[in-house]
Formats: sequence, structure tokens, C-alpha cells
Amino acid sequence: MRLAQAPPNPWFSWEYVERNAADIGRALEQHASLTFQAVVIAFVLALPLGALAHLRPRLAGPVLGVAGVLYTVPSLALFAILAPYTGIGRTTVLIGLVSYALLVLTRNVLVGLQGVDPAVRDAARGMGYGRSRLLFAVELPQALPSIVAGLRLATVTTVALVTVGVVVGYGGLGQLMFRGFRSNYHAEIMTATVLCLLLALVCDLVIAGVGRRITPWARVERPV
Amino acid sequence: MDTLTDAFVWLNDPLNWVGRNGVLALARDHILVSVLAVLLAAVVALPLGLWLGHRGRGATVGVVVANTTRALPTLALLTLLAASGLFGNTATVLACAVFAVPPLLTNTVTGLGEVDADVRDAARGVGMSGGRSLWAVELPLAVPLIAAGVRTAAVQVLATVPLAALVGGRSLGTIVVTGFGTQDYGQVLAGGILVAGLCLLAEGLLAIAQYLLTPPGLRALARDTSDTPSRRTRRARVTSPGLAEPATSGSNRSGTTS
Repeated sequence: MRLAQAPPNPWFSWEYVERNAADIGRALEQHASLTFQAVVIAFVLALPLGALAHLRPRLAGPVLGVAGVLYTVPSLALFAILAPYTGIGRTTVLIGLVSYALLVLTRNVLVGLQGVDPAVRDAARGMGYGRSRLLFAVELPQALPSIVAGLRLATVTTVALVTVGVVVGYGGLGQLMFRGFRSNYHAEIMTATVLCLLLALVCDLVIAGVGRRITPWARVERPV
Repeated sequence: MDTLTDAFVWLNDPLNWVGRNGVLALARDHILVSVLAVLLAAVVALPLGLWLGHRGRGATVGVVVANTTRALPTLALLTLLAASGLFGNTATVLACAVFAVPPLLTNTVTGLGEVDADVRDAARGVGMSGGRSLWAVELPLAVPLIAAGVRTAAVQVLATVPLAALVGGRSLGTIVVTGFGTQDYGQVLAGGILVAGLCLLAEGLLAIAQYLLTPPGLRALARDTSDTPSRRTRRARVTSPGLAEPATSGSNRSGTTS
């Protein structure tokens, strides 16, 4: 008697992608929208937090400390602690993602603001700039490169983190990975992984491109 | 409030602490897997980092490695390894080791790179060979940053290991995943508290260890510039006036702290 041949289980299968395009598209869309929302919310929170820590240096330690502790808590634990209160679903994942992106962004905003050349600050003060005008017209634009770097870092990390949302049923592409693992379907896992990497790459390039556009002075070539 | 009570009831039940799937056994597995992963990563990353840093040309390599692995989801690597036949904790150790390499590598390279060029010159001036200078001069000066890298890597691994519970690895994360599976949110919360507690505890202990490892002379130096922001600004100004690669400073920053 011949043993039944095991069906092929390739890592890459274009057929799988074609057949499940709608499903993959849904997961990708969920992944991208979660990332986008999380980074935008975290950015909106991080800007004032960073500025506050900059204006009141005594607050810098506590602000970064709290964000650091939040960052140390593992994502799985954070989702586990949140889930009983915020329920199973999108909100839980979003809160988790925002709290992780928050540390990276706040720290980069603060570092960018503090990295402004004291001579530039002096010059602005000498021209009669008030504290708030100094912040908005001089320090924030000067801090842009650091802020953009923080945005890139936060976005790439968030793309990777969304997959953990699978424990509360909202993992975007992580959903596909987990299902592929459960049914031992290699193509599904690999497709989701590749899409994740691509999404991170695209987001990174887009933000880097925008960053270049809004900081034209940084492009001025250095003396050779 | 109900779930919180449930969680405390769960934590207070001695039956949940002993036995094969008790908290103690799972915590032991958790720590064991983490230690193995960090050791494995250190065996790979430290010699490589020392070599690259000593040659003074590894900064970009480290950054590229760090940025690529940051984009690769942990879950993806875990499922990939688990699905290709490495079940259980072998897959976990391997996957976590991969994620522990970047902080170790970046910090070793940066640590050696930040050694004052004058100091290195002086070492050569008194007749030290390259290896001797690396061992006796550059390495001790780089210890604080390398220790910071080990700490980052260790805490990161401790935080990653629970995820492996999704693909069959045994760790404290198992409690959380089982709780989700049986919709027992008291248990989920209890598991979450245990995992978070372990990570925060490890972070604290390693911070103390890092302090003790730092040579006393450097410790005094660090105290002068101990408030982190000012140290960072100084470094940022030194390293990136033109800000050609914002990602470099960003990733170094996240590598040395957190």
C-alpha cells in the first residue's frame, strides 16, 4: 500500500495570494489603519508633552520616566491588563500601540528641542522673541529632524507591534500569521510577514520623504 | 473592579502556583529561555561588535541591522520558526536571540566608537598593540554602554518571550494566552500583572548591576552629566550637526536607554 503523499506546503504561493486577495486586503487595511491612527494619536499627545518637558525641565524626568515604565511593560501583558476593561477589540490594541509610540516620540521631541544651538536661541531672544514665539518659530522647526526620526522609528515599531493584537482578535496581518500557524499553512505566514516588512518600509520611506521636504535646510551639502 | 478581584483570587490560589503549569514552573522556564537567548545573542554580537568597533567602521552596519529587525514583527519570526518544525522553546530561544542581537551590537560598536581618539592615540604611543589597546583601554571605557546594551537586550527578551505562548512555548505568557482562550479575564489580568512585574523587576535589578559594573572613575564622570537630557544633547551635537541620517541618532538613542 502506498502512503498518501503529503500535499505540498510551499512558503511562497502566488495562488494563495490570488485566491485570498480580499482577505489579505482586509488584514492589510486593518493593519495600516491601526498603525496610522496609533502614530497620529501618539504624535498629537507627544508634541505638547515634549514641549512641556522642555519648558519645565523639572517635569522632564517624570514625563520620560512614566513613558519609560510604560514602554518596559511587555505588549502581551499590556493587552492582558487592558482587555478586561476596554474589551476585546480595536480600542485595546489602539491604546497599547499609542502608549508604546508615545515614549519614542516624546523623547525625540524633547531631545530635538534641547538640541537647539544655544547661540540660535540667544539670537532669537536678542531679537525680542517671547518664550512661546521662540518655541514655535525657532525651536520647533530646529527640532524637526529629530521629530521626523522619532516618527519613523515609532511607525516602524508600531507596524511590527500591531501583530501582537492577535490576542484580542485585532492583529491585522498578525491575524493571518496566527491562522497560518494554526492550520500549518506556510504560504499564509510568509505572505503576511513579507507584507508587514513592505508596509514598514513604505511608511518609513514616505515619512523620510516628507521629512526631507519640510526641512530643506538640512539638505544643504556640508563643506566638502 | 470585578476582574481585579478575580485576578487577586487567582493569584491567591496556591494551586495556581505549584505544579507543572504553576506560576513558579512557568516563571522558571521564562527566565531560563530568556537567559539562553541573551547568552546566544551575546556570543554572536559581542565579538562581532568588538571587532567592528575596534576597526572603527561598523556604525552603519549596526544601524542597518537594528532597523531591519525592528521592522520584522516578533510574532512573524516566532510563527515562521515554529511552523518550520522547531516547536516549543527552541524556536523561542532562537527568535528572541535574533531580536537581542541589535541592541548588543549597536551598543558595543557605539561604545568603542565613542572612546576618545586621543586616548586611543596615547595607547598606541606607549606601545600597545591593537589587541592590547582594545582589551586594556577601549573595552573598559566602553563597558557602561555595553552594559546598557545587555540590559536593553535582556529586558526586551523578557518582554518578548511571553509572545511565544501563542505558538506553544512555555512561559508566563502561557497564563495570559490560556486565560484568553478560556475567556477567564481574571486569569488574563493576573498573568499580565505577573509578566509586567517580572519585566519591571528585571529592569530595576539590571540597572543596579549596570551601575556596579561601571568603573568608579567613569561613574563619577557620569554623575557630572547625570541628567540624561543634557548628556544626550551634547552627544547629539557632537555626532550629527548636519543630521544627514536622523535614523542613526534615533536608533542609538533608543538603544542606549529605555
